[in-house]
Amino acid sequence: MFYVIMGCGRVGARVASLLSRAGNEVTVLDLNPSAFSRLDPDFAGTTLVGNGIDSDVLRRAGIERADAFAAVTQGDNRNVMASQMARHIFRVPKVVTRIYDPLRQETFEMLGIEAISPTVIGADKFLEILDPSSYGQAETNPQSEQG
Amino acid sequence: MFCVIAGGGKVGYYLAKELIEQGHEVVVVEQNARRVDEIEADLGSIVMHGDAAETTVLKEAGAERADLVVAVTGDDEDNLVICQVAKVRFHAGRTIARINNPKNAEIFQKLGIDDTVSATDVVLSVIEQEIPRHHLTPLLRLANTDAEIVEAIIEDGSAVAGHRLRDIKLPHPTNIAVLIREGNAIFPEGDTPVLIGDHVIAFTTSQNEAALRQALLGG
Repeated sequence: MFYVIMGCGRVGARVASLLSRAGNEVTVLDLNPSAFSRLDPDFAGTTLVGNGIDSDVLRRAGIERADAFAAVTQGDNRNVMASQMARHIFRVPKVVTRIYDPLRQETFEMLGIEAISPTVIGADKFLEILDPSSYGQAETNPQSEQG
Repeated sequence: MFCVIAGGGKVGYYLAKELIEQGHEVVVVEQNARRVDEIEADLGSIVMHGDAAETTVLKEAGAERADLVVAVTGDDEDNLVICQVAKVRFHAGRTIARINNPKNAEIFQKLGIDDTVSATDVVLSVIEQEIPRHHLTPLLRLANTDAEIVEAIIEDGSAVAGHRLRDIKLPHPTNIAVLIREGNAIFPEGDTPVLIGDHVIAFTTSQNEAALRQALLGG
């Protein structure tokens, strides 16, 4: 499998390193070349400095032949834009996006983007430990009814 | 018309000002609190503090009843998301996004944005108008006269390609002196055809340059 990972922060570097260790082909993108120091010392993939919302950069990363794409930069909007390009322009079969803002997550699921919100997952985990009786109610979080 | 403008930078500010002058209702959404104060001092309380990519903020700005949502922040990705949220969540009438990368015009269109505006593209199109695509190159001005030698390259799509020289209407006075075809000089006669790829070397006057370009290259 060939993976393109956009964003080499803690999550991006870990995902890229584990995928590479499992024997996959991986290209990881970041705007900041020093971010690649977070990768496994024996990371066998490719690193590319560039902006993943630029279609030329995505092409250079090999997006046209990628089996999967993950957007894990700090910017929700950047992740969402790159993911939509990967999915709808370059037809990457599997695309997953990190979105911090749970409200935005709903919107983008409406647009066909599979999104993971560490905010929601993290809060759930805390609730599970702090107050297991309220844990199941996280699904009907009143905030998500807004908008 | 009611217009929500996301981004209160220079573009957003002047856009709001012009629309207000034309009698339209406007709300500007801006993230920077100081900028909000500046706009408010100037244009009155038509400005809201917040991130327009957030559903709740757009709702409060009135996106549900907006005829038009215009996203003119400095970042293409923010403008895309703002317009998409306006479309998907609030069914805003029409969305316009400002873009920096001209290649995003096609991408945004595929992702459902009604219109994009790119300053880069506008400048590019002005530059391209200044440089004629079909060249007629003056090679030599003859002494102190207004006679000159010019060169034109016949491209695919030229109206004269395949025509005999005698059938081509040239501005007067003009003489076709030589055709350079595949590195060879041809001294043409009336029934010599002009072919794609030919370099046409002609004597003409500087006043006739534009007419000759039109005659040989069409444009």
